[in-house]
Amino acid sequence: MTELIIRDLHVEVESDGAPKEILRGVDLTVHGGQTHAIMGPNGSGKSTLAYALAGHPAYTITGGSVVMDGQDLLDMSVDERARAGLFLAMQYPVEVPGVSVSNFLRSAVTAVRGEAPALRTWLKEMRGAMADLHVDPSFAERSVNEGFSGGERKRHEILQLELLNPKFAVLDETDSGLDVDALKVVSEGVNRVRAGGEIGVVLITHTTRLLKQIPVEFVHVMWQGRIVAEGGPELAEQIEADGYEQFTGAGVAG
Amino acid sequence: MSNLRSYDVADFPVPTGREEVWRFAPRTALKPMFDDAPSEGHLQWETVLPEGVVLREISTEEATARAASAPVDRISALAAKHAGGAVLLEIPAGSQHPEPVVLDLSGTGREPVVWGWILIEVGEGASATVALRHFGTAMYAGNVSVVVKEGARLEFVSVQAWDDDAVHAGHLATRVGRDATLRTVVVTLGGEAARLVQTVDYDGPGGDADVRGLYFADAGQRFEHRSFVNHDQPHCRSNVVFKGALQGEGARSVWVGDVLIQPSAVGTQTYEINRNLLLDDGPRADSVPNLEILTGDVAGAGHASATGRFDEEQLFYLRSRGIPEEQARRLVVLGFFADVLDGIDVPMIRSELMRAVEAELGYGDQESA
Repeated sequence: MTELIIRDLHVEVESDGAPKEILRGVDLTVHGGQTHAIMGPNGSGKSTLAYALAGHPAYTITGGSVVMDGQDLLDMSVDERARAGLFLAMQYPVEVPGVSVSNFLRSAVTAVRGEAPALRTWLKEMRGAMADLHVDPSFAERSVNEGFSGGERKRHEILQLELLNPKFAVLDETDSGLDVDALKVVSEGVNRVRAGGEIGVVLITHTTRLLKQIPVEFVHVMWQGRIVAEGGPELAEQIEADGYEQFTGAGVAG
Repeated sequence: MSNLRSYDVADFPVPTGREEVWRFAPRTALKPMFDDAPSEGHLQWETVLPEGVVLREISTEEATARAASAPVDRISALAAKHAGGAVLLEIPAGSQHPEPVVLDLSGTGREPVVWGWILIEVGEGASATVALRHFGTAMYAGNVSVVVKEGARLEFVSVQAWDDDAVHAGHLATRVGRDATLRTVVVTLGGEAARLVQTVDYDGPGGDADVRGLYFADAGQRFEHRSFVNHDQPHCRSNVVFKGALQGEGARSVWVGDVLIQPSAVGTQTYEINRNLLLDDGPRADSVPNLEILTGDVAGAGHASATGRFDEEQLFYLRSRGIPEEQARRLVVLGFFADVLDGIDVPMIRSELMRAVEAELGYGDQESA
C-alpha cells in the first residue's frame, strides 16, 4: 500500500523582503485509495501546503519531512516529484503561449510513463479523455491555458490527472469558479480516477460544494498553518452548518 | 524617421554613431563595410531551382532599374556600387511553385569584404517560396531586392546561420504589387554582428505584407533589425512581428520598427509588435516602435513592444507535470517563437529552424517532443 506521510512540515515564503512562516508543523498521512479533504478559511495555509508538496521555488521548507512511497519527496526536483507519482491540480493553472495542449500532454505523459506512447493509441487515449470531460477536440491545438475560461482550465487540470494517473493527487480549490454543470463534469473525472482504487486524493477546498460530488473519508481542518481538527465526513457537515469559527475562534469568516 | 533612398554613396557619410539610424549599430564590427572600396570577395553559391524559375546575372544598370528600392544607408549604397551587377531570380508570371527555391550562400573568412546584390522578381499572379540561407564566415554586405508583381504571392525566408565570427549588413528591399501578398521571415541565429534593414513599399492598392523576424543572440552577439514600412498606397496591409530571445553576457539586440502612413494611404491596416525574452541576466534588448500617421483615414494601426524575463511560473507548471527542466525551457522558448515559426509554410524550413533554435538552447540533440 502506497503512503504519503507529511510530518511536522514548516514552510516559509518571502513576504515584503522577509521570510514569513506559513505552515507551522503540518502532520498528515494519506494512504493509496483514500480521499481526504483539507478545509479551512482563506489564508489558513492550504494552498501553501499544495505548492510546497509540488516543490514550487517560492516556498522554502524549513523543517519536517514528506515521504511518498518510501522516498524523500523534499529531496526531489519539481519534475522528479511528478515522475515519482505526485500530481497537483492548480487553482490558477499557468498560460504557456505557443505550446499546444496536445504537445504538452504528450510531453508530460512521455515523461511520467518513461516512454513515448505510440502515436495511434495515444491520440485515441487523449481524445477519449477529452470527450469524457466534455472538452472540444479543438482544445488540443490551443495553447496551454491561454484564453481558457475558468472552467476550461479546471477541466484541463483534470484531463491531465486522468492521463498521468498519479499515485497521489492534490486538488487545490478545483471547485472554485465552476458552475454547477462544470463541477459535475470535473467531479466525475476525479471519481473515474478514484474508481481505480489505488490513488490517494487530497481535496483542498474552503467550501463543502465539491465534497457533495466527491465522497471523502477524512476531513482535516487547517488554521494558521496547522491541522486543528480531524474527523470523518461529518466534520464537513459541521463546517457547513456552523462555519469555521468553532475551530478558529471568533472573527473569522468561512 | 528617415526615408532617404539613393544610389549615391555621397548621400550617406561614414556614420559617427550620433545619427539616429546608427546609434544602436555594432559600428566597430561593421567598420570595414564603410570603406568605399571595390572587392574581389564573393560567397559560394549552392542553389535548388524548381523547374521554370530562372537564375541569371545582370548588370548594375539593369539591377538599378529593376530593384525594389534604392539603397537606404551607406553600406547598402556601397554594396550596390561594388557588387559588380546582381544575380536575378525570376519567377515567371503565372507560374506556381510549391517546392521552395533554395539559395545557399557561404563564406570562408572575414576578409575581404563581400559586396552582394540579389534580385528576386515574382511575376504577375505567380506563387513561390524562396529560402536564402547564409553559412560560414564572411564580412558580408548583401542587398536583396524582392519585387512581387500584381496578384502574385511570395514567401521569402532569410536565414542567418553564420558561424559565430561572421559580420552581416544587409538591406532587404521589398515591393508589394497591387493585390499581391508578401510574407518575409528573417531569422538571425549566427554571426558576431548583424544589421539588417528591411524596407517595404507598395505599388498599388490591396498589397499585403507580413514581415516577420526571429533572432536568438548568445553571449557577445549583436543583432540589429530594422523595418520600415512605407504606406503610400491606399488599402494596403502590413503586419510586423519580430521576436527575439537572448542569453549570455553581452548578448545584444536592437529592433526598430518604423511604419509611415502617408496622406495617400487611406484605409491602411497596420500592426507591429516586438517581443524579447531574456533568458538570463547578461543580455540587453532595445525595442523602438515608431508609428507615424499622416492621414485621418486608417482602417487600423497599432504597435506593441515588450521585453521580459523567462517566466518561472511557466517552467514550474510544465515541470510539475514531470517534464524535465531542459525540455520545459525548450518548450517555453519554442512556444515563444511559435507565432513566427508557425507562419512558415514550408515544413522543411520550419522544422529546420525549430531544430536550429533548439541547438541555440544547447539541447539540440534531444528527441523533439
